[in-house]
Amino acid sequence: MSNPPNEPQSTGPRHRTVEVWVALCILALGAITMIGSLQVGIGWGAEGPQSGFFPFYVGLIIIAASVINVVRAWAGPGARLFAEWDQLAQVRKVVIPMAIYVAAVPWIGIYVASALLIAGFMRWLGRYSWLFTLCLSVALPIVIYVTFEQWFLVPLPKGPLEDLLGL
Amino acid sequence: MESIGDLMGGFAVVLSWHNFIYMLLGIMLGVIIGVLPGLGGANGIAILLPLTFSMPPTSAIILLSCIYWGALFGGAITSILFNIPGEPWSVATTFDGHPMAQKGQAGEALTAAFTSSFVGALFAVIVITLAAPLVAAFALQFGPAEKFSVFFLAFCSFIGMGKEPPAKTVAAMMLGFALAAVGTDTVTGGLRLTFGSTELLSGFDFLVAVIGLFGIGEILLTMEEGLSFKGKATGINPTVVWQTWKTLPRYWLTSLRSCVIGCWMGITPAGATPASFMSYGIAKRASKDGEKFGTGEIEGVVAPETAAHAAGTSALLPMLALGVPGSPTAAVLLGGLLIWGLQPGPLLFVEQKDFVWGLIASMYLGNIVGLVIVLTMVPMFAAILRVPFAVVAPVILVICAIGAYTVHNNTFDVIMMLVFGVAGYFLKKCNYPLAPMVLAIVLGDKAEEAFRQSLLLSSGSVSVFWSSPLVSVIMALGLVALFWTAISAAISRVLKPIFAR
Repeated sequence: MSNPPNEPQSTGPRHRTVEVWVALCILALGAITMIGSLQVGIGWGAEGPQSGFFPFYVGLIIIAASVINVVRAWAGPGARLFAEWDQLAQVRKVVIPMAIYVAAVPWIGIYVASALLIAGFMRWLGRYSWLFTLCLSVALPIVIYVTFEQWFLVPLPKGPLEDLLGL
Repeated sequence: MESIGDLMGGFAVVLSWHNFIYMLLGIMLGVIIGVLPGLGGANGIAILLPLTFSMPPTSAIILLSCIYWGALFGGAITSILFNIPGEPWSVATTFDGHPMAQKGQAGEALTAAFTSSFVGALFAVIVITLAAPLVAAFALQFGPAEKFSVFFLAFCSFIGMGKEPPAKTVAAMMLGFALAAVGTDTVTGGLRLTFGSTELLSGFDFLVAVIGLFGIGEILLTMEEGLSFKGKATGINPTVVWQTWKTLPRYWLTSLRSCVIGCWMGITPAGATPASFMSYGIAKRASKDGEKFGTGEIEGVVAPETAAHAAGTSALLPMLALGVPGSPTAAVLLGGLLIWGLQPGPLLFVEQKDFVWGLIASMYLGNIVGLVIVLTMVPMFAAILRVPFAVVAPVILVICAIGAYTVHNNTFDVIMMLVFGVAGYFLKKCNYPLAPMVLAIVLGDKAEEAFRQSLLLSSGSVSVFWSSPLVSVIMALGLVALFWTAISAAISRVLKPIFAR
């Protein structure tokens, strides 16, 4: 999703702006679907309808519905806010650590990444003491390890630390 | 009756000790999932589904369906005590449930909510017991065209009966179909829409989508609202329960009406959320204390809770008998069936009797056990919400990530989960319905297969969908559902002058 444009006068992005952008993004996905369908053929092949036949019309309907959504969003009331900047900052406080977490999991394993994520949240959002933060953020991944790997025998991604410990 | 005998067989399956333990475990987990923000029935089950791959299917479905019942019960706890609907279908419960808690009647409200939930679920299970075998037997004669017409009816019901603008429902639903189409074409086996990316070869898994859309999306919404959980104290004890039970039979008509609304909305896949709102609205209009609704009327708790549970439970009827789930959670359970190697649909009643009747028997027992558990353990569950969000949020995020990873043991799915989560946040804020999207991702391949096979039979003519009376009737019903808003407006315009006279 794209960032709504900055409007210095208001205390947040307009609902209308975001709504138009969301509809446009969906429209773009519809267009991608149609292009992909055209690549594999949308006609009638030796085995009946070709692979792109069904998704092509799905894409077409997405575009048609999105055009209606864009127009309706544009015509709608303009004053309503999507959210205040403070609220979006709260959302960012989850999205950014989560993005780092997701990117880090393949490299450092899910246990270390989870411990860091939990510690980060507790320390900077919850303002807990270092000791409590440390205890909980180490204990929870261990609980997860025992539950998943020992009990349910489901392997989870591991990193250098687990190699070092020989797990 | 044959189904009674089958049901007894089912009870024998459930009452084996390990299945009973799974049932208890499922309900406890379910209530916790229902209480926590960001974990709900659908994504809670999606996260736990990979853990059941090695279990016998009957035990697995008992565990997962009991999580569902537990989540249905759990939603009421947060609505009444904290004024935070743990689940979308318990929003209507906050209207009167929380005012009751503020007046110090939390115990009464909770008892009424749990008992009504139980009544609604029981009604729906009885409907399933009686109707599902008949529907399944009927559906055994279905060909591809009939199958597609059932899908058509299901998806049209979303468009026509949802409270979101139809164009948005269509856009969300078709986006689901497009996502389902990515990867291998199930009919020809060829690849499509992957644009050369190896990660997309296996397509988008609906479990990852569910975890992202409902789990991560919900956490983001909770963050934005900056919730601080300020709960009311619970005073639930046997005396309160008994006193409340004595007053409840007074609302038998509301209860019955809500059961019928719930079952109807659950079977036609409108779902538990609209059912609870509709039931609340009608109860408000019909009750003689209607104007007091919203200030803490017990009837205002009974109506939505009964309907939500009846809808949530009856959503499993089309899932079992036709292979078309009536709610996102039922869709996840259907995905589970496919993973365990069972083909959902009418044949299930012939080939997997133990499984089907074990599941149905577990619905009876699960709801009875669930009622006892929630009535006795409310304070413990409410205490979970007093754990600060700064601890709960990262733990839920980690659980979601593990759930997404274990679907295919693939870290790319964890990235997709976050993408779905952010998308879910924007879609939800912009009033796009997520349920039809999830259902389309689950059913996309099957609907497409039925559609293409029908066209093959008729060598490309769409007239195949009008070729027999049965297909025509289902397609016509679908069209009625699609244009329901316009049709109901027209009917009321015609009828108004007649009644005005």
